[in-house]
Amino acid sequence: MPPLPESARAAQSAPPALCPNCADPLDADDRFCGSCGHDLAAPVPAPAPVPAAQAPPAAPPAPAAERPEEGPATDAFVLAPPKPAGAAQEAGGETLALGVALPGARLSDPREEPPAPEGPVCVACGLGGVDDDGYCEHCGHAQPRQRDHQEQELEGVAAVSDRGLRHHRNEDAFAVATASLPDGTPAVAAVVCDGVSTAYRPDDASAAASTAGRESLLASLERGTPAEDAMRAALMSAFEAVTALAAEEEPPGGVPHHNAPACTCVSAVVTGPVFTVGWIGDSRAYWIPDDRTLPASRLTEDDSWAARMVSAGLMSEAEAYADERAHAITGWLGADAIEVDPHVAAFQPEGPGVIVVCTDGLWNYAESAAEMAEAIPADARVRPLHSARTLLGVALDGGGHDNVTVAVLPFPAAVSRAGFPSA
Amino acid sequence: MAILSKPNVPQFSVDVYQNEYLPEGGREVNAIVTVTSTGGGTTGGHPMPGAAAGSGSTAGAGVVIMVDCSGSMEYPPTKMRNARDATAVAIDAIRDGVAFAVIGGTHVAREVYPANGGLAVADPATRAQAKQALRRLTAGGGTAIGTWLRLADKLLSSGDAAIRHGILLTDGRNEHEKPEELQSALDTCAGRFTCDARGVGTDWEVKELTGIASALLGSVDIVADPAGLAADFQAMMEKAMGKEVADVSLRLWTPQGSEIVFVKQVAPAVEDLTARRSEAGPRAGDYPTGSWGDESRDYHVCVRVPNAGVGQEMLAARMSLVLPQPDGTPQVLAQGLVRALWTDDMAASTRINPQVAHYTGQAELAQAIQQGLEARKSGDMDGATAKLGRAVQLASALGNEDTAKLLAKVVDVVDAPSGTVRLKARVADADEMTLETRSTKTVRVKK
Repeated sequence: MPPLPESARAAQSAPPALCPNCADPLDADDRFCGSCGHDLAAPVPAPAPVPAAQAPPAAPPAPAAERPEEGPATDAFVLAPPKPAGAAQEAGGETLALGVALPGARLSDPREEPPAPEGPVCVACGLGGVDDDGYCEHCGHAQPRQRDHQEQELEGVAAVSDRGLRHHRNEDAFAVATASLPDGTPAVAAVVCDGVSTAYRPDDASAAASTAGRESLLASLERGTPAEDAMRAALMSAFEAVTALAAEEEPPGGVPHHNAPACTCVSAVVTGPVFTVGWIGDSRAYWIPDDRTLPASRLTEDDSWAARMVSAGLMSEAEAYADERAHAITGWLGADAIEVDPHVAAFQPEGPGVIVVCTDGLWNYAESAAEMAEAIPADARVRPLHSARTLLGVALDGGGHDNVTVAVLPFPAAVSRAGFPSA
Repeated sequence: MAILSKPNVPQFSVDVYQNEYLPEGGREVNAIVTVTSTGGGTTGGHPMPGAAAGSGSTAGAGVVIMVDCSGSMEYPPTKMRNARDATAVAIDAIRDGVAFAVIGGTHVAREVYPANGGLAVADPATRAQAKQALRRLTAGGGTAIGTWLRLADKLLSSGDAAIRHGILLTDGRNEHEKPEELQSALDTCAGRFTCDARGVGTDWEVKELTGIASALLGSVDIVADPAGLAADFQAMMEKAMGKEVADVSLRLWTPQGSEIVFVKQVAPAVEDLTARRSEAGPRAGDYPTGSWGDESRDYHVCVRVPNAGVGQEMLAARMSLVLPQPDGTPQVLAQGLVRALWTDDMAASTRINPQVAHYTGQAELAQAIQQGLEARKSGDMDGATAKLGRAVQLASALGNEDTAKLLAKVVDVVDAPSGTVRLKARVADADEMTLETRSTKTVRVKK
């Protein structure tokens, strides 16, 4: 008796508690937004992902047919998260290197423009060509960069990262990987990092941290290191990678900077009957059991001002998060970090479910575990990429005020899907 | 144009200083663009008397000195004598191989040396002959600067010099031709040669000479005491000899739908270039900058771009230095990008770039001085006090010590930080003219 389509739809079209235009809170009977005047009766122009919302939940083969890219370790670059998958696979999207934008790289931002027929043409005006610096020769708009929107799906894990609607670049990064323990047990890992905007080169920091974290984690696990130790070591190598950035020479003529590159980091790895979560900063992991009658839970404790205030008993949660300092982080990876204290926790859930690993760009719009459980599609465990995109949609509908990155890991590790029933 | 293919054309670099963050709805982008040219085997502006003629870097240069020989130069007689001496010093500073000529100016222009309708090539012999010829300079007649400039243009274009420069010395107003005639001469000569102008004594018109130097992309200054002419002429000539590449333009590309609020040179002196634009392809325009040696100049560009949403990024302007090639295709020497990023982070969008703030103040300083002196001349003592007080305040805040000293000769400074001043009852003409002439001189940001 799964009321699943209901919850999926509820995430999309429930009476919006926030104005879709300016994210101002609304009353139930508002017809226009009191803040920006947005017509609430107008259809929501948001990227509403409803590819198979009406499909009966008990139809496991359908998703597989929809997604030809499914297979071992297939990287998929898809233009628009909300579109039905497979409809828009870009040729040449084979690289997911989390480096800086390649000049001339044309990876469209799904919200801007359909792909142009030939040659690089500006995505903003559709008239001008694109110059060597990545700007339109006609209207001057910056062209979407590779990191503006990224997706990756491996067997057993999927992740999506997006610039959001208000920031000019994506300072988040993720890395996903699969490996085998020495005894043959599959391990599936996701690392999500959020660059600290007030620091210098936050985008490089998050890319370096996620890559270093993934490499270290995999290497340790394959050597047979216990997952918790591997996780701690991975966070430390991510820390070292970010610290190393600070030592690099700034480019000549660059603006002098005072804050060393910095980012947060959260990772989750599924190994057999347990999964392990490690984090520094305010990026989070949630556990959403398949049986939605069971309580979902948040697995991480933020290194943030608000969390510290609450845990010290100085303020109530509502008061703390209402404060403008709420999001100031007290722990991060970077050369100027005061103390690097990797938090690691292992879990052994009783039933199947998914682990959601995300940056605050998402959890700002679904803060509690219950909200997150409501936002994620019911069939999240069999369609992790779809779920990640749906969660991205929630964040963008909410206003997309920050970069959004989310990874979804099915538990138990879905290395061979045939063995698992759908929802 | 042969010089352009030589390896010793200087290297140009462009640095952009700006706060690229705009608030929601913000449209105005300000940037200071620093252009520096270096290298090219120069001597850093020092003269190379007797240098090997084959050194080459100035072989493609031509210089014409225009000396005022109107009747007024004889009062006092030292004026003419000093002008002659100064010209002789300038001739000594001309490097071997540079083409040069001397013009004596009255209500008509007269070739003094080489007097053959062309230019002489500098070597010890021609320099000596030129100095001999200076003795024939006598004062008598009127002043028609337009005719001098036209003759200088004719002489300079007779050779194949790439870098063409003039030096103009006058002591009086342009009384013997109509202002339109001078203007038409300036229009003809603009872009054909650059020219520094010097006013000697206090009987000349600051606006007139400033206009000439500005149109011909040169400097202007006052030499109140004729005895100082020789040193000034030598410095000017040395600077001219340091020039290595001519006809450089600043090309400004701006996106569709944007408007250029202004383009100003702000260092070493304020010079509004906005109206000097010539179109150069779609959405691009060229602004003349004249010739360059080893030097650095700052430009302030203000562009109003179409609004875009928060999170968008736009190229607000592309500044490039271009050099026209003989075959018509421009060679891009260096370029810099001015960006616009819309953010809802108030801390980022309200930050003011120190360079932009500094030069905005410098431009206001120049304007306050000019308006203050204008008000003083027209008898508006309250207006003059207010404007000059503001100028004192700015000069003190921005660190323009030279300007502050000049201001102190025109007003009694009561309190510089608050801009409290009293107008002096009696001000020497020379002090007032010096202040007016040098009002546009700027200092750079202290790094």
